[in-house]
Amino acid sequence: MDGSHAYAPAHGAPAHHDGGGHGSVGSYMVGFALSVLLTAIPFGLVMSGAMPAATVVPICVGLGIVQIVVHLVYFLHMNSSSSRSWNMAAFVFTVIIVAILVVGSLWVMNHLNGNMMPGVMPD
Amino acid sequence: MTVQARLGTPHPSLVSAVLDAHEEHHDDGSTTTLGFWIYLMSDCVLFAAVFASFAVLRDQTAGGPSARELFSLPYVAVETGCLLVSSFTYGMAMIAAERHKQTAVLAWLGVTLLLGLSFMGLELHEFGELIAEGAGPDRSAFLSAFFTLVGTHGLHVASGMVWMVVLIAHVLRRGLTADNLTRLTCLSLFWHFLDIVWIGVFTIVYLMGVA
Repeated sequence: MDGSHAYAPAHGAPAHHDGGGHGSVGSYMVGFALSVLLTAIPFGLVMSGAMPAATVVPICVGLGIVQIVVHLVYFLHMNSSSSRSWNMAAFVFTVIIVAILVVGSLWVMNHLNGNMMPGVMPD
Repeated sequence: MTVQARLGTPHPSLVSAVLDAHEEHHDDGSTTTLGFWIYLMSDCVLFAAVFASFAVLRDQTAGGPSARELFSLPYVAVETGCLLVSSFTYGMAMIAAERHKQTAVLAWLGVTLLLGLSFMGLELHEFGELIAEGAGPDRSAFLSAFFTLVGTHGLHVASGMVWMVVLIAHVLRRGLTADNLTRLTCLSLFWHFLDIVWIGVFTIVYLMGVA
Protein backbone atom coordinates (compact mmCIF):
# COMPACT_ATOMS: atom_id res chain seq x y z
CA MET A 1 0.00 0.00 0.00
CA ASP A 2 1.62 3.24 -1.08
CA GLY A 3 1.72 6.31 1.06
CA SER A 4 -0.52 8.54 -1.00
CA HIS A 5 -3.35 6.01 -1.02
CA ALA A 6 -2.95 5.33 2.68
CA TYR A 7 -3.32 8.99 3.40
CA ALA A 8 -6.08 9.96 1.03
CA PRO A 9 -8.90 9.44 3.55
CA ALA A 10 -7.08 11.35 6.26
CA HIS A 11 -7.70 14.75 4.69
CA GLY A 12 -10.82 16.34 5.98
CA ALA A 13 -11.82 13.22 7.87
CA PRO A 14 -11.62 13.93 11.57
CA ALA A 15 -12.63 10.35 12.33
CA HIS A 16 -9.21 9.17 11.15
CA HIS A 17 -6.87 8.56 14.01
CA ASP A 18 -4.22 6.04 14.90
CA GLY A 19 -5.06 5.84 18.55
CA GLY A 20 -2.91 8.83 19.44
CA GLY A 21 -5.65 11.44 19.26
CA HIS A 22 -3.21 14.33 18.99
CA GLY A 23 -4.03 17.69 20.45
CA SER A 24 -3.74 21.13 18.93
CA VAL A 25 -0.88 23.61 19.28
CA GLY A 26 -3.03 25.44 21.81
CA SER A 27 -3.51 22.44 24.07
CA TYR A 28 0.22 21.68 23.99
CA MET A 29 0.89 25.34 24.91
CA VAL A 30 -1.53 25.12 27.85
CA GLY A 31 0.02 21.83 29.01
CA PHE A 32 3.52 23.24 28.67
CA ALA A 33 2.69 26.45 30.57
CA LEU A 34 1.04 24.48 33.38
CA SER A 35 4.02 22.11 33.57
CA VAL A 36 6.52 24.98 33.78
CA LEU A 37 4.48 26.50 36.59
CA LEU A 38 4.09 23.18 38.42
CA THR A 39 7.85 22.56 38.14
CA ALA A 40 8.94 26.09 39.09
CA ILE A 41 6.83 26.27 42.27
CA PRO A 42 8.28 23.21 44.07
CA PHE A 43 11.85 24.01 42.93
CA GLY A 44 11.41 27.60 44.17
CA LEU A 45 9.96 26.47 47.50
CA VAL A 46 12.76 23.99 48.20
CA MET A 47 15.56 26.28 46.99
CA SER A 48 14.35 29.22 49.06
CA GLY A 49 14.32 27.01 52.15
CA ALA A 50 11.53 29.19 53.53
CA MET A 51 9.48 26.26 54.79
CA PRO A 52 10.40 23.29 56.98
CA ALA A 53 10.75 19.92 55.24
CA ALA A 54 7.59 18.60 56.90
CA THR A 55 5.54 21.28 55.09
CA VAL A 56 7.35 21.46 51.77
CA VAL A 57 7.51 17.69 51.08
CA PRO A 58 3.72 17.13 50.96
CA ILE A 59 3.39 20.24 48.76
CA CYS A 60 6.03 18.90 46.33
CA VAL A 61 4.37 15.48 46.17
CA GLY A 62 0.95 17.06 45.62
CA LEU A 63 2.22 19.33 42.84
CA GLY A 64 4.08 16.38 41.29
CA ILE A 65 0.86 14.38 41.10
CA VAL A 66 -0.98 17.35 39.59
CA GLN A 67 1.78 17.73 37.00
CA ILE A 68 1.58 14.03 36.10
CA VAL A 69 -2.16 14.47 35.48
CA VAL A 70 -1.45 17.58 33.36
CA HIS A 71 1.01 15.58 31.25
CA LEU A 72 -1.42 12.68 30.87
CA VAL A 73 -4.21 14.97 29.70
CA TYR A 74 -2.34 17.53 27.56
CA PHE A 75 0.61 15.50 26.22
CA LEU A 76 -0.65 11.90 26.23
CA HIS A 77 -4.25 12.99 25.46
CA MET A 78 -5.85 10.60 27.89
CA ASN A 79 -9.59 10.96 28.16
CA SER A 80 -12.60 8.86 28.89
CA SER A 81 -13.82 8.48 25.29
CA SER A 82 -15.05 4.97 24.52
CA SER A 83 -12.57 4.41 21.65
CA ARG A 84 -9.77 4.50 24.18
CA SER A 85 -11.36 2.59 27.02
CA TRP A 86 -8.73 -0.18 26.84
CA ASN A 87 -5.98 2.37 27.29
CA MET A 88 -7.80 3.69 30.33
CA ALA A 89 -8.46 0.20 31.74
CA ALA A 90 -4.78 -0.73 31.43
CA PHE A 91 -3.83 2.60 32.98
CA VAL A 92 -6.14 2.25 35.99
CA PHE A 93 -4.87 -1.30 36.56
CA THR A 94 -1.28 -0.05 36.45
CA VAL A 95 -1.98 2.77 38.89
CA ILE A 96 -3.38 0.23 41.36
CA ILE A 97 -0.35 -2.09 40.99
CA VAL A 98 2.06 0.84 41.34
CA ALA A 99 0.26 2.07 44.45
CA ILE A 100 0.33 -1.39 46.08
CA LEU A 101 4.01 -1.82 45.18
CA VAL A 102 5.22 1.57 46.43
CA VAL A 103 2.95 2.09 49.45
CA GLY A 104 3.28 -1.58 50.47
CA SER A 105 7.10 -1.53 50.28
CA LEU A 106 7.32 1.64 52.34
CA TRP A 107 4.82 0.37 54.90
CA VAL A 108 6.52 -3.00 55.39
CA MET A 109 10.05 -1.62 55.45
CA ASN A 110 9.17 1.15 57.90
CA HIS A 111 7.69 -1.41 60.25
CA LEU A 112 10.86 -3.47 59.94
CA ASN A 113 12.97 -0.40 60.73
CA GLY A 114 10.79 0.23 63.77
CA ASN A 115 11.46 -3.30 65.00
CA MET A 116 15.20 -3.08 64.44
CA MET A 117 15.98 -0.68 67.31
CA PRO A 118 19.46 -1.43 68.71
CA GLY A 119 18.10 -2.59 72.07
CA VAL A 120 15.90 -5.22 70.46
CA MET A 121 18.69 -6.77 68.41
CA PRO A 122 19.93 -10.08 69.81
CA ASP A 123 23.68 -10.00 70.47
CA MET B 1 -9.48 -17.30 8.58
CA THR B 2 -11.61 -20.12 10.03
CA VAL B 3 -13.65 -20.16 6.83
CA GLN B 4 -10.47 -20.50 4.85
CA ALA B 5 -9.25 -23.33 7.06
CA ARG B 6 -12.49 -25.32 6.83
CA LEU B 7 -13.00 -25.03 3.09
CA GLY B 8 -9.44 -25.92 2.20
CA THR B 9 -9.10 -23.94 -1.03
CA PRO B 10 -10.84 -20.62 -0.69
CA HIS B 11 -12.27 -18.64 -3.56
CA PRO B 12 -9.70 -16.09 -4.78
CA SER B 13 -12.05 -13.19 -4.06
CA LEU B 14 -12.38 -14.36 -0.48
CA VAL B 15 -8.60 -14.36 -0.09
CA SER B 16 -8.34 -10.85 -1.45
CA ALA B 17 -11.22 -9.75 0.78
CA VAL B 18 -9.46 -11.14 3.83
CA LEU B 19 -6.18 -9.54 2.78
CA ASP B 20 -7.91 -6.22 2.16
CA ALA B 21 -9.56 -6.35 5.55
CA HIS B 22 -6.17 -7.09 7.06
CA GLU B 23 -4.53 -4.18 5.25
CA GLU B 24 -7.32 -1.84 6.29
CA HIS B 25 -6.92 -2.90 9.88
CA HIS B 26 -3.17 -2.56 9.76
CA ASP B 27 -3.44 0.89 8.24
CA ASP B 28 -5.35 2.17 11.24
CA GLY B 29 -2.42 1.51 13.58
CA SER B 30 -4.59 1.69 16.68
CA THR B 31 -3.84 -1.91 17.68
CA THR B 32 -0.13 -1.20 17.49
CA THR B 33 -0.58 1.92 19.59
CA LEU B 34 -2.64 0.06 22.18
CA GLY B 35 -0.01 -2.70 22.30
CA PHE B 36 2.67 -0.12 22.82
CA TRP B 37 0.58 1.49 25.56
CA ILE B 38 0.41 -1.89 27.34
CA TYR B 39 4.21 -2.09 27.12
CA LEU B 40 4.46 1.39 28.66
CA MET B 41 2.21 0.31 31.51
CA SER B 42 4.50 -2.66 32.22
CA ASP B 43 7.42 -0.23 32.14
CA CYS B 44 5.52 1.82 34.75
CA VAL B 45 5.54 -1.23 37.02
CA LEU B 46 9.30 -1.62 36.45
CA PHE B 47 9.86 2.00 37.45
CA ALA B 48 7.53 1.59 40.43
CA ALA B 49 9.75 -1.23 41.72
CA VAL B 50 12.86 0.90 41.32
CA PHE B 51 11.14 3.92 42.92
CA ALA B 52 10.02 1.73 45.84
CA SER B 53 13.60 0.49 46.36
CA PHE B 54 14.86 4.04 46.32
CA ALA B 55 12.19 5.22 48.75
CA VAL B 56 13.08 2.41 51.15
CA LEU B 57 16.86 2.99 50.90
CA ARG B 58 17.03 6.79 50.69
CA ASP B 59 18.19 7.25 54.29
CA GLN B 60 20.67 4.36 54.29
CA THR B 61 23.75 6.45 53.59
CA ALA B 62 26.17 4.16 55.52
CA GLY B 63 27.96 7.22 56.89
CA GLY B 64 28.50 8.53 53.36
CA PRO B 65 27.17 11.73 51.78
CA SER B 66 23.42 12.38 51.87
CA ALA B 67 21.19 13.81 49.16
CA ARG B 68 21.42 17.28 50.67
CA GLU B 69 25.20 17.32 50.41
CA LEU B 70 25.34 15.90 46.90
CA PHE B 71 22.61 17.42 44.76
CA SER B 72 22.48 20.86 43.20
CA LEU B 73 18.88 21.90 42.51
CA PRO B 74 19.65 24.60 39.90
CA TYR B 75 21.50 21.91 37.89
CA VAL B 76 18.52 19.54 38.17
CA ALA B 77 16.18 22.38 37.17
CA VAL B 78 18.12 22.76 33.89
CA GLU B 79 17.91 18.99 33.25
CA THR B 80 14.17 19.13 33.97
CA GLY B 81 13.81 22.09 31.59
CA CYS B 82 15.55 20.20 28.76
CA LEU B 83 13.23 17.23 29.13
CA LEU B 84 10.07 19.31 29.51
CA VAL B 85 10.82 21.47 26.46
CA SER B 86 11.68 18.31 24.49
CA SER B 87 8.24 16.89 25.34
CA PHE B 88 6.70 20.07 23.92
CA THR B 89 8.83 20.02 20.77
CA TYR B 90 7.92 16.36 20.19
CA GLY B 91 4.27 17.40 20.48
CA MET B 92 4.90 20.00 17.77
CA ALA B 93 6.46 17.26 15.60
CA MET B 94 3.29 15.17 16.01
CA ILE B 95 1.07 18.09 15.02
CA ALA B 96 3.25 18.74 11.95
CA ALA B 97 3.03 15.00 11.14
CA GLU B 98 -0.77 15.12 11.27
CA ARG B 99 -0.70 18.01 8.81
CA HIS B 100 1.77 16.10 6.57
CA LYS B 101 4.47 18.75 6.80
CA GLN B 102 7.51 16.55 6.49
CA THR B 103 10.17 19.26 6.78
CA ALA B 104 8.58 20.59 9.95
CA VAL B 105 8.40 17.06 11.41
CA LEU B 106 12.11 16.52 10.75
CA ALA B 107 13.00 19.94 12.17
CA TRP B 108 11.02 19.40 15.38
CA LEU B 109 12.44 15.87 15.78
CA GLY B 110 15.93 17.34 15.36
CA VAL B 111 15.25 19.93 18.09
CA THR B 112 13.85 17.20 20.35
CA LEU B 113 16.93 15.07 19.74
CA LEU B 114 19.25 17.97 20.64
CA LEU B 115 17.33 18.59 23.88
CA GLY B 116 17.50 14.87 24.69
CA LEU B 117 21.26 14.93 24.04
CA SER B 118 21.66 17.95 26.34
CA PHE B 119 19.73 16.10 29.05
CA MET B 120 21.90 13.00 28.67
CA GLY B 121 25.07 15.13 28.67
CA LEU B 122 24.01 16.88 31.89
CA GLU B 123 23.10 13.60 33.54
CA LEU B 124 26.32 11.81 32.56
CA HIS B 125 28.31 14.82 33.77
CA GLU B 126 26.46 14.65 37.11
CA PHE B 127 27.17 10.92 37.41
CA GLY B 128 30.84 11.55 36.58
CA GLU B 129 31.13 14.25 39.25
CA LEU B 130 29.49 12.03 41.87
CA ILE B 131 31.78 9.11 41.11
CA ALA B 132 34.83 11.41 41.15
CA GLU B 133 33.79 12.67 44.60
CA GLY B 134 33.72 9.09 45.86
CA ALA B 135 29.91 9.03 45.84
CA GLY B 136 29.56 6.25 43.27
CA PRO B 137 26.94 3.49 43.37
CA ASP B 138 29.26 1.40 45.58
CA ARG B 139 29.36 3.97 48.40
CA SER B 140 26.01 3.29 50.11
CA ALA B 141 22.62 1.69 49.61
CA PHE B 142 21.21 5.17 49.02
CA LEU B 143 23.64 5.81 46.18
CA SER B 144 23.13 2.34 44.68
CA ALA B 145 19.38 3.02 44.59
CA PHE B 146 19.98 6.52 43.20
CA PHE B 147 22.17 5.31 40.34
CA THR B 148 19.75 2.47 39.58
CA LEU B 149 16.71 4.73 39.43
CA VAL B 150 18.22 7.69 37.58
CA GLY B 151 20.33 5.36 35.42
CA THR B 152 17.28 3.31 34.38
CA HIS B 153 15.53 6.49 33.34
CA GLY B 154 18.66 7.66 31.51
CA LEU B 155 18.89 4.36 29.61
CA HIS B 156 15.28 4.78 28.53
CA VAL B 157 15.99 8.31 27.29
CA ALA B 158 19.06 7.02 25.42
CA SER B 159 17.02 4.27 23.72
CA GLY B 160 14.34 6.84 22.88
CA MET B 161 16.99 8.92 21.12
CA VAL B 162 18.30 5.93 19.15
CA TRP B 163 14.69 5.25 18.13
CA MET B 164 14.29 8.89 17.13
CA VAL B 165 17.35 8.76 14.87
CA VAL B 166 15.96 5.59 13.24
CA LEU B 167 12.59 7.28 12.72
CA ILE B 168 14.21 10.36 11.18
CA ALA B 169 15.88 8.00 8.71
CA HIS B 170 12.52 6.28 8.05
CA VAL B 171 10.78 9.59 7.38
CA LEU B 172 13.60 10.82 5.17
CA ARG B 173 13.42 7.62 3.15
CA ARG B 174 9.69 6.98 2.79
CA GLY B 175 8.00 10.14 3.95
CA LEU B 176 5.05 10.37 6.31
CA THR B 177 3.42 7.04 5.44
CA ALA B 178 0.79 5.39 7.60
CA ASP B 179 3.39 3.06 9.12
CA ASN B 180 5.72 5.93 9.91
CA LEU B 181 2.89 7.89 11.52
CA THR B 182 2.09 4.93 13.77
CA ARG B 183 5.79 4.70 14.68
CA LEU B 184 5.94 8.41 15.43
CA THR B 185 2.83 8.05 17.64
CA CYS B 186 4.43 5.20 19.61
CA LEU B 187 7.63 7.17 20.14
CA SER B 188 5.56 10.18 21.24
CA LEU B 189 3.90 8.04 23.91
CA PHE B 190 7.33 6.77 24.99
CA TRP B 191 8.89 10.23 25.10
CA HIS B 192 6.04 11.82 27.08
CA PHE B 193 6.04 8.81 29.40
CA LEU B 194 9.73 9.37 30.18
CA ASP B 195 8.98 12.98 31.03
CA ILE B 196 6.29 11.77 33.46
CA VAL B 197 8.77 9.38 35.09
CA TRP B 198 11.19 12.30 35.41
CA ILE B 199 8.54 14.24 37.39
CA GLY B 200 8.69 11.39 39.92
CA VAL B 201 12.50 11.45 39.86
CA PHE B 202 12.92 15.17 40.47
CA THR B 203 10.21 15.22 43.14
CA ILE B 204 11.23 12.12 45.10
CA VAL B 205 14.99 12.02 44.56
CA TYR B 206 16.03 15.63 44.29
CA LEU B 207 13.39 17.87 45.90
CA MET B 208 12.54 15.52 48.77
CA GLY B 209 16.24 14.72 49.20
CA VAL B 210 17.27 18.34 49.55
CA ALA B 211 14.19 19.62 51.43
